[in-house]
Amino acid sequence: MSNIAMDEVKRIADLARLAVTEEDTKMFKEHLDAITIYAEQLNEVDTEGVEPTTHALKLENVMRKDEPKQWTTQEEVLKNAPDHKDGHFRVPSILE
Amino acid sequence: MSLLNHSIKELEEKLHNKEITAKELVEASIERIKEVDDQVQAFITVDEENAIKAAEELDTGEDGKLFGIPAGIKDNIVTKALKTTVGSQLLKNFEHPLYDATVINKLNQEKAMTLGKLNMDEFAMGSSTENSSFSKTRNPWNTDYVPGGSSGGAAAAVAAGEVLFALGSDTGGSIRQPAAYCGVVGIKPTYGRVSRFGLVAFASSLDQVGPITRTVEDNARVLEVIAGHDERDATSANLEVPTYTDALTGDVKNLKIGVPKEYLSEKVNPEVKEAVQKALSIYEKLGATWEEVSLPHSKYAEAAYYLISSSEASANLARYDGVRYGERSENAKNMFEMYKLSRSEGFGDEVKRRIMLGTFALSSGNYEEYFEKAQKVRTLIKQDFENAFEKYDVIIGPTTPTTAFKFGEKTDDPLAMYANDVLTVPVNLAGVPAMSVPCGFSSEGLPIGLQIIGKHFDEETVYRAAHAYEQATDHHTKRPQLGGGK
Amino acid sequence: MNFETIIGLEVHVELKTNSKVFSPSKNAFGSEPNENVNPIDLAYPGVMPSLNEEAVNFAMKAAMALNCDIATHSVFNRKHYFYPDNPKAYQISQDENPIGENGWIDIEVDGKKKRIGIERLHLEEDAGKLTHGDDGYSLVDFNRQGSPLIEIVSEADIRTPDEAYAYLEKLKNIIQYTGVSDVRMEEGSLRCDANISLRPYGQDEFGTKTELKNLNSFAFVKAGLEFEEKRQEQVLLSGGEILQETRRYDEKTKETILMRVKGSADDYRFIPDPDIVPLYIDDAWKERIRQSIPELPDARRKRYVEELKLPAYDAEVLTSSKEMADFFEKALEEGADMKQVSNWLMGDVSAYMNKHLKELHDLPMTPEALAKMIKLIKDGTISSKMAKKVFAELVEKGGDPEKIVKEKGLVQISDEGQLTEIITKVLDDNEQSVLDFKDGKDRALGFIVGQVMKATKGQANPPMVNKILKQEIEKR
Repeated sequence: MSNIAMDEVKRIADLARLAVTEEDTKMFKEHLDAITIYAEQLNEVDTEGVEPTTHALKLENVMRKDEPKQWTTQEEVLKNAPDHKDGHFRVPSILE
Repeated sequence: MSLLNHSIKELEEKLHNKEITAKELVEASIERIKEVDDQVQAFITVDEENAIKAAEELDTGEDGKLFGIPAGIKDNIVTKALKTTVGSQLLKNFEHPLYDATVINKLNQEKAMTLGKLNMDEFAMGSSTENSSFSKTRNPWNTDYVPGGSSGGAAAAVAAGEVLFALGSDTGGSIRQPAAYCGVVGIKPTYGRVSRFGLVAFASSLDQVGPITRTVEDNARVLEVIAGHDERDATSANLEVPTYTDALTGDVKNLKIGVPKEYLSEKVNPEVKEAVQKALSIYEKLGATWEEVSLPHSKYAEAAYYLISSSEASANLARYDGVRYGERSENAKNMFEMYKLSRSEGFGDEVKRRIMLGTFALSSGNYEEYFEKAQKVRTLIKQDFENAFEKYDVIIGPTTPTTAFKFGEKTDDPLAMYANDVLTVPVNLAGVPAMSVPCGFSSEGLPIGLQIIGKHFDEETVYRAAHAYEQATDHHTKRPQLGGGK
Repeated sequence: MNFETIIGLEVHVELKTNSKVFSPSKNAFGSEPNENVNPIDLAYPGVMPSLNEEAVNFAMKAAMALNCDIATHSVFNRKHYFYPDNPKAYQISQDENPIGENGWIDIEVDGKKKRIGIERLHLEEDAGKLTHGDDGYSLVDFNRQGSPLIEIVSEADIRTPDEAYAYLEKLKNIIQYTGVSDVRMEEGSLRCDANISLRPYGQDEFGTKTELKNLNSFAFVKAGLEFEEKRQEQVLLSGGEILQETRRYDEKTKETILMRVKGSADDYRFIPDPDIVPLYIDDAWKERIRQSIPELPDARRKRYVEELKLPAYDAEVLTSSKEMADFFEKALEEGADMKQVSNWLMGDVSAYMNKHLKELHDLPMTPEALAKMIKLIKDGTISSKMAKKVFAELVEKGGDPEKIVKEKGLVQISDEGQLTEIITKVLDDNEQSVLDFKDGKDRALGFIVGQVMKATKGQANPPMVNKILKQEIEKR
């Protein structure tokens, strides 16, 4: 029976870049436990030799010609930026 | 009779004959929104001023297949001129999305009038629109009840007569389920039929845009316009788009219907079952035949769906980081905090739960057990449909196991909420087209939806079957009583 | 205890397509920040990638040139990690089904030949550029985001830093021949990471490896590996343990410095990208690309030695770039003397390029012009000394050597009558020198030749001057 450790829940939250309180961690753990227990029914299905479906439609080789197209300008794209400087997007450094 | 009670075809005639102008029609629509949207709360953004201006310009310009028809757009379809929030705090100020989705370009080409953006569960994750971070959209038939979701705003706006049609999106039932709850017509086209470019991705291998309308004919008209290959969407099919309205012959003689026994199990509410059985007898009268069929893997669809959709969502939603657009947490002191705080403050609980589930299912050691296993089961679900379609032209069942539920009834139990999708998710996993069409009302007066599922790229037969049934019944002529109730 | 060094290299090469690999933005170096970006590059809500066919062709071409097997079915994956230069927080790359696998290249170190395996070559997108400021902020430019990259992963076949150097030189040489990249390390169109570990001789298992990053030239790759080889040896000999680390090479201190210890934190969560459909590369497509691959450096060098009978060293230098080899062959086609063309290219032309940090295509001089100049020398129209002047003009401004010769009045006087007349006069004017020469003072002849050259402003044909002088002096 699936039971995911609190530490594992915290690791997943870290991986997904979500800040979690103890309370959040508990909520996520309960949800993950419930879903993974529910998902155990999939093990009843014999999938030996079955190919996974990653695309609903079977298409191949959909490609574009190598032609550059101008779409937006620097000014436009920076307009949506939470912070920018000298034509760049600005973010806080890795360390404080 | 209000202008808005006419069908799109009737309105096109009136506009064409200059009996009415696009401006009058748009004004009527805006009037209706003002009248009822306080109750329904279908819209996140209404663009009154620009819409009227655009309608005036339209009246002096070229014709189009949807000339002057007032429309609402689910707020996960990107519109250059209108804020696109996806129902999320993270994008609450996303005023300049810089481009129009392909479906919006197509609507513009055919001169449809976009009046505003419609409420939805945040990032289309939910079945009641209660996960919107902006407002609670209400079911126009009874405002104590949810409209369904995630395209709750779209279904409610059409049901309430605020717009003639709306575009929604359907990843696991998000068009069909609210259409069923709100007593309107909604189609999830075949995966690849409509471009996804500009549809904010939830689960890329399942998402599809589709129209919600009051009638099947209106629906066919809109799909004709928005369908088709798009070179910006590699997963859109390079196939010609049929004239769907030509398929509305009313003739379903010898139509072979399969009815999955799994869709009429004990989990389905008796009133819903009864409505579906009545619908089947109408089909018999119209000359169609039906028999029971089995889709043996459909009971695994929900589990497979939540694993696959959440995994893809965890990837698709990783881009919301407060770097290039959207909200950045003011409390972030460094890069790591910028990510964690912006995302935690911006996303609601349900979105976080799905990101957590998806990240878990893909993380090292879990991929094969969860994600890949689910994808293999998906293959079997798809094969179930392919097998059934060797014998039948369409598959028919209920859209949802129950009618609409009350606010708050399922918010504390995500799994109970998910169970709403049990009859709709297999369709997305298989990629086939499916429609919900009104098939009656519960004793509480809430609409019931009939689900008609077709073969890949055979929306024509779905429309033909839905239209024949609709014309043989009067469910589509009923209107909810709202406000002044004209 | 003695240790064997195990090295594996990961090389990233930027492909010079016109547009990016998954968006139609311009793929260019040196633009204004965030100029060549669009909503796709910036991972706007709702955008989707569209695969550039030419990027696939280029990747296949490179893979074939590196002797890889080309996949029939190839897919793109999402590789997840958060960083401000990675806008989707996943990179579109390839995991299990790369375009190329099982390739190899031959290298030669100290006269010993060795084959180095190439595990895989895959196509992916480049990230933006993050510049760390000292004000607590970093700046991001997304121009490079989405530029097509191929990642070439060698087998762990490399045993010395010298072999690593030779492998990189050869790899660069081959890729540059295919024309799919500029392979300029200084512009970042070729980047290299190195993995290195040690193990006691005779042991089968590999030791723990460290990864070296920030290696900005081949020389630094070699120097970094040499340092790391010694560092690891010392750690192991003192009973220590090598940790799985990422280290960077510091060019000033010539040391490798710890960046981070790799932990279990890396979890890229690869999934097939649902937005990009798989590639099916049939034989016809493969053949079409194979046809587009030019003769590669090894084959060309072999041909120069075996067919043109060039010395091995000359063949090596002339094939060091495709441009050089093409130039050489074009000049030969124009009928120029092979040895002369080779000498000019390896001598004056190379010296000029090195001095001015230029490449052949930067020079206005065409192979036709060089060939013509060499012919002018051969038929005696100009002397080798005059040729230097013609060359100086050609290499700076280009043009037609014949015209230059005329404009500068550089035509050699080879007319026997005219020369005899001048020489007679010089001899008349310098009788003492003639006598000195006849007395056995050889130096006197040099003086007389100098006078003849002076009288002809250096345009006299030297062999003829010598011949006539001898005749005329004997007459006296």
